[in-house]
Formats: sequence, C-alpha cells, structure tokens
Amino acid sequence: MLSIKNLHAEIDGKPILKGLDLEIKAGEVHAIMGPNGAGKSTLSYVLSGRDGYTVTEGQVLLNGQDVLSMKPEERAAAGVFLAFQYPVEIPGVTNMNFLKTALNSIRKARGESELDAMQMLKLLRAKAKLLGMSEEMLKRAVNVGFSGGEKKRNDILQMAVLEPKLCVLDETDSGLDIDALKVVAEGVNTLRAADRSMLVITHYQRLLDYIKPDYVHVLAYGRIQRSGGPELALELEAKGYAAFAPEAA
Amino acid sequence: MNALTKERASAIAEQSYKYGFVTDIESEVAPAGLSEDTIRFISAKKEEPSWLLEWRLKAFHHWQKMAEPDWAMVKYPPIDYQAASYYAAPKQKNKPKSLDEVDPELLRTYEKLGIPLREQEVLAGVTPRIAVDAVFDSVSVATTYKKTLEDAGIIFCPISEAVKTHPELVQRYLGSVVPVTDNYFAALNSAVFTDGSFVYIPKGVRCPMELSTYFRINAENTGQFERTLIIADDAAYVSYLEGCTAPKRDENQLHAAVVELVAHDDAQIKYSTVQNWYPGDKDGKGGIYNFVTKRGACRGKRSKISWTQVETGSAITWKYPSCVLQGDDSVGEFYSVAITNNYQQADTGTKMIHIGKNTRSTIIAKGISAGRAQSTYRGLVRMLRTAKGARNRTQCDSLLIGDQCGAHTVPYIESRQPSARVEHEATTSKVSEDQLFYCQQRGLNAEEAMALIVNGFCKEVLAELPMEFAVEAQKLVGISLEGSVG
Ligand SMILES: Nc1ncnc2c1ncn2[C@@H]1O[C@H](COP(=O)(O)OP(=O)(O)OP(=O)(O)O)[C@@H](O)[C@H]1O
Ligand SMILES: [Mg+2]
Repeated sequence: MLSIKNLHAEIDGKPILKGLDLEIKAGEVHAIMGPNGAGKSTLSYVLSGRDGYTVTEGQVLLNGQDVLSMKPEERAAAGVFLAFQYPVEIPGVTNMNFLKTALNSIRKARGESELDAMQMLKLLRAKAKLLGMSEEMLKRAVNVGFSGGEKKRNDILQMAVLEPKLCVLDETDSGLDIDALKVVAEGVNTLRAADRSMLVITHYQRLLDYIKPDYVHVLAYGRIQRSGGPELALELEAKGYAAFAPEAA
Repeated sequence: MNALTKERASAIAEQSYKYGFVTDIESEVAPAGLSEDTIRFISAKKEEPSWLLEWRLKAFHHWQKMAEPDWAMVKYPPIDYQAASYYAAPKQKNKPKSLDEVDPELLRTYEKLGIPLREQEVLAGVTPRIAVDAVFDSVSVATTYKKTLEDAGIIFCPISEAVKTHPELVQRYLGSVVPVTDNYFAALNSAVFTDGSFVYIPKGVRCPMELSTYFRINAENTGQFERTLIIADDAAYVSYLEGCTAPKRDENQLHAAVVELVAHDDAQIKYSTVQNWYPGDKDGKGGIYNFVTKRGACRGKRSKISWTQVETGSAITWKYPSCVLQGDDSVGEFYSVAITNNYQQADTGTKMIHIGKNTRSTIIAKGISAGRAQSTYRGLVRMLRTAKGARNRTQCDSLLIGDQCGAHTVPYIESRQPSARVEHEATTSKVSEDQLFYCQQRGLNAEEAMALIVNGFCKEVLAELPMEFAVEAQKLVGISLEGSVG
C-alpha cells in the first residue's frame, strides 16, 4: 500500500527527515512515536504535499503511484488523508457545506458522480452518528469555536466521510477527554478495513490500547530508529527516548 | 497561522472575465463632447418635456462650476469629459412594442449574458420570479412582464418612458433624494442621464416578483449615465436587483449613475446589486470607472430600506449607498462585499443619516483585496439632535490575500443626540496558508479552496441576496479571485 524509501526532506533548508524508510501493507495499522521535534508532523505534511516541505531525496509510492509528484488535492483524491495535529478554522463555511464540497471534489476527481443534497444529508447524518456528533455540529462553521477535542473529532468525521486509503492521524488523541478518546477510537476502528492502512502518530501508549497497532516505530532524528510490535510502545512509555539520542545510537 | 508566501500570492494570472465580448450592432452615437447642445440633443432624442430639459441644464451649469472630488482613496489620470460621447443607442427602426420586435442580435447578447428576456409562460397560480428591464448603452431595449405588473398597479418601465406616461410622479420625485447639486458626478448624471428604470409600487401592494435592471455598456468611447427612481408608497414592498457588465476594452469608460429610493410609511425597499463591470486586465489597463450616487429616503414612519451590494468589477469603484432615516422608527441597512484583485481600487461604504426617533441602522461591510488592489471602507453615521433613541451597529471586516494589497477602514461618527448609540467594530485578517492547505488536503484545488474561504467570509452579506442571485454571486466571488493563488 504505502512504501517510503530513503526519504529526505527539509524546511527552509533545514534537514528534518534524513533517510526515512517505512512500508505499510494494506489493512495494517502502524504507530509512530518519537520525541518532540523529531519530524513526525513533518512526515505527515510531506506525505500530504504541504508547500514549504521540500523533498531532496527518496520516493513515496501509494499503491504504486508516485505520491511526491502529485498536488495536495490529487493526493487527497488518490486516498491520502491527514487528520491534523491542529485542525484549522474556516469561518462562515458550515461543516455540512465543507464536507459536501470536499466529497464531491474527490468523487469528481475519481470520475464518480457527485452526490445530490438528499444523498449527502443522509450520508453525513449517518457518519456524524457513528462519531457521536450532533446534527447541530454539522451546521456550525468548520472548527470555529470548537473545543480542542471537538476539533479532533471533527477531523475524524471528515475521514469517515471521505473514506481514504491511507489515514495519517497526527496526535489525534491530544486534547481528547477519556470518553471522547473512546468514541473517536471506536470511530477509527470501524474504519479499519482490508484495503485501508493507517499511520497513527502519538505520544501516548494509551491511545494504542484502543486503536491496536500491528507495528510500532520510533521516529527520532529524522529516521525510523527502531520498529517492533505493540510491546515497543509499553517499553517507550517506561524508558523514554534517551536510548535513541545520537551518542547512544 | 502563516500568511501566504510571496511567490504564491504574486503569481497572478489574468482574470477570466466572461462577459467581455462586444455585440456587433449598428448604433447611433452622439459626437464626442459635452455642451448645452449635447444636453439638448439627448433631451430631443428622448422627446422630453421642457421642464426636464430645464432641469438638466440647471444641473449642467452647476456641474461646470464644481470640482471633481479628490478625497477618495483612488488614483486615476484626469478624465477628459470632452473626449467621450454621451449618447449611444442601437439603431432600431421603430421602438419595439413587444419582445418579438427586438433586434435578434440584442436578444442573443442577453442570452449570452444569462439574462432572461423571454417571458416564461405564466402557469395558472405560478407567478414568474423575475421581471427585467434591459438597458443597452443609453437606452432601454426591453422590459418584461409589464402586463402582469400593471395588473397589480405597479409601474415598471424605462425612466424615459415614465417621463411621458407618469410625468407627475417623475417630476415630484426626481432629484428629491439626490439633488442635482449633490456632488460632481450626480450633477453630471442629472445633466446627461439617458435611461434607467422607474418603479412605482402603489399603497399596500407587495410586488409579486423580483424586479431587475440589467445594465450593459457596449459602445466604445461612451459613458453610461443611468438614472433609477424607485418609489414604494405606504405599506408597499419591492425587491429590486441590478446587474452590470461591459466588454473588455483598453480604454477606461465612465459609468456615473444615480439611484434614488423613496419609502413611505411602513414601506420596504430591498435593493441588491451585483456589480461586475469589466475590471481591467491584470496589469491594470482598461476597465470601468464606476462613480455612483445611490441614496434612499425613509420618509415614512417604520419604513425600511436595505442595500445589498456585491462589488466585484470595475477598475475603480466610488460608491456609498446611503439611507436618510427621516420617519420615526425607520430602518436602514447596508450589506456589502467588495472584492478587488490585480490593480482594482474600491472606495465604498455608506452613510446612515438618523433624523427620526428610534431610527435604526445596520452596516455590515466585507472587503477582500488580492493582488495589488486597494480597498477602502468609508462610512458615515450621523445622529441628528432629533434622533432620540437611535441606534447603529457597524461591522467592518477586511480580508487580505497576499501581502501586496491593502485594506483601509475610515469610519466617521457624528452624534448630536446623547441617547443615540453607535457601535463600531472592525477586523482585518489574512487568508492563511493553513486554511488553504486544509481545504486542499480535503480534495479542493487551490482556487476552489480560495473561493470557499472567501465565500465563508462573505456569508452574512451573501445571505441577504435574493435566492436567484445568491448562487450566481457565490460563483462570481470565486471567479473574481481567479489568479490570486499560485
Ligand atoms: N515552518 C518551519 N520552519 C522551520 N522549522 C520548522 C518548521 N516546521 C517545523 N520545523 C522544525 O522541524 C522539526 C520537526 O518538527 P515536527 O513538527 O515535524 O515535529 P514533531 O515530531 O511533529 O513534534 P511534536 O511531537 O512536538 O508534534 C522541529 O525542529 C521544528 O522546529
Ligand atoms: Mg507534531
């Protein structure tokens, strides 16, 4: 599904990713953990094509397609979805309208017919229910005045509606209370599918109790330093990242 | 949030102005120049009564003594008023009596512009939604649904026709809201105005459909000076729309209109404009100078006038739709979106003059600037000594796209009545790279993303437009920003 080879990327000429390799097969859930500033969000932006993140070396393939040559919206249509560490507010644009515009753009790009107002409403209601969100939330402007947790939940709602192939979740658990964490994790779990892969970025093993990963990786100093099963997360929680400092590595 | 990078913001492509075509039609054009003779020529062409000719000449003599205003935040080379022609009309053998007699070339023009000039069959029980008066250069070429409206006692016709058929109404109201001496461009308009719409809604009548005038400048080297007069008698209601386009030309053309509204006791007038005159090319060449005086008088008690404008076109816009709130408990509203891109300049806003007791006004102005454009909101709220308990709320928001454009807010507040309340709020924000990327990550391309964000910013104002226009206006917002993102 996703194949990242020797990825080097920089911001403003400052190298952040320095030869990152990662393979994710269809249906797998991978977790990435790592210290602050390690380059986790950078990886998510490089995958989704954000301006200002320059790839200097390496390759990213999604189902054999060269992701790095695509525009951000083409990547979205190809199935790349990023749940943002900090979801953005768009004043005056209702959630409903935003979701409708996004889904229809993606459907159009994929050569599928656009959904009409009635079909859309039905779909959005069903997805909102799945994530325990009220219809009232659909009528509010995108993320405006939402609490931190509501914003995260809203991003997962978008994910549920757009049904991507590769879901990158950047610290989706931060800011969620315990109940919200369960609801969101359940929502994510219902989206697990044989043809959908997930890359879950988190600082806390707790999230991984709810979203059970197949693999856990440590990203530090621009590379994957170690990979393992879910037990690696427990070990990191106990010992921290000291072992991965350049002197120690 | 980080602002747009310079490279992206400056990668400005030419706007796609889809109304820039020219209609190939034989026209009768007055020789260039402005003198008493020009005015006599226009008046004779229109077969006007002598009182109107006198009125025009008085305005002209006054205009000659006036100086062009220079206080607006707009820059343009001096206008040579002798170089333009003040009358251009498509040649028609006889004045068409029905749509079937209108030159097919003209009908095709309006079809291309998406303006419905064919009356749809009126099905039993179903009222048509919109009646159109089409003004082409200096004359009205067609007015639809006249019969249906006449049956309701409503007068909707070209003002040149109203002068003949309803002289007492025209004489009573013309210039009563915007006097001929009001300002430089209003005086010029009064001297040389050629056509425009006249609307009279009788007592207690609610106009059963939207009325609209569509202004088209076609001829080269001419100005358009239209005059609109709308009167809503006691407890009457009307919603009126105005649209405008012009061909792409390298020369600047002057459009100096005057619009007067009068609302009597309990009457309501809702006046909406979607202004899409040719804005000039990406280097600032060509485009319309839109110097317009619009004013409404709430003469009656509890009367209400609402202005809603979406200003996307013109090289320069100088326009302040205003309300004179004379009747006690009368209400004035101004909702505005002004979009400027490339080298466009807009200095627009409103004046709310509170005279009567408990008069209320609301101003919501949204200014969007992209490219190297400059946009200014200029608004006056004046509370007279008589305006006991009057209230105003002003909300003024500017949105910048890129860092080479500018937005300015110039509010003037004058209050001589201690019990009057005035609230003013202003904000300036930028479309952020974060917002654009967020939308793109969800599948929208850069231009769709910009259109969505800007439409969101304008939402409160667009919501005031009649349904028929709202969708069109939303698209226009997107189109007028094309090229503002790289
Ligand atoms: N726009 C930018 N300009 C300069 N440096 C940046 C920029 N964005 C990120 N960086 C730097 O890149 C490095 C990696 O940042 P990134 O956000 O990817 O870290 P992270 O692993 O997601 O950290 P956290 O766990 O705190 O979210 C950091 O040192 C950060 O300061
Ligand atoms: Mg991060």
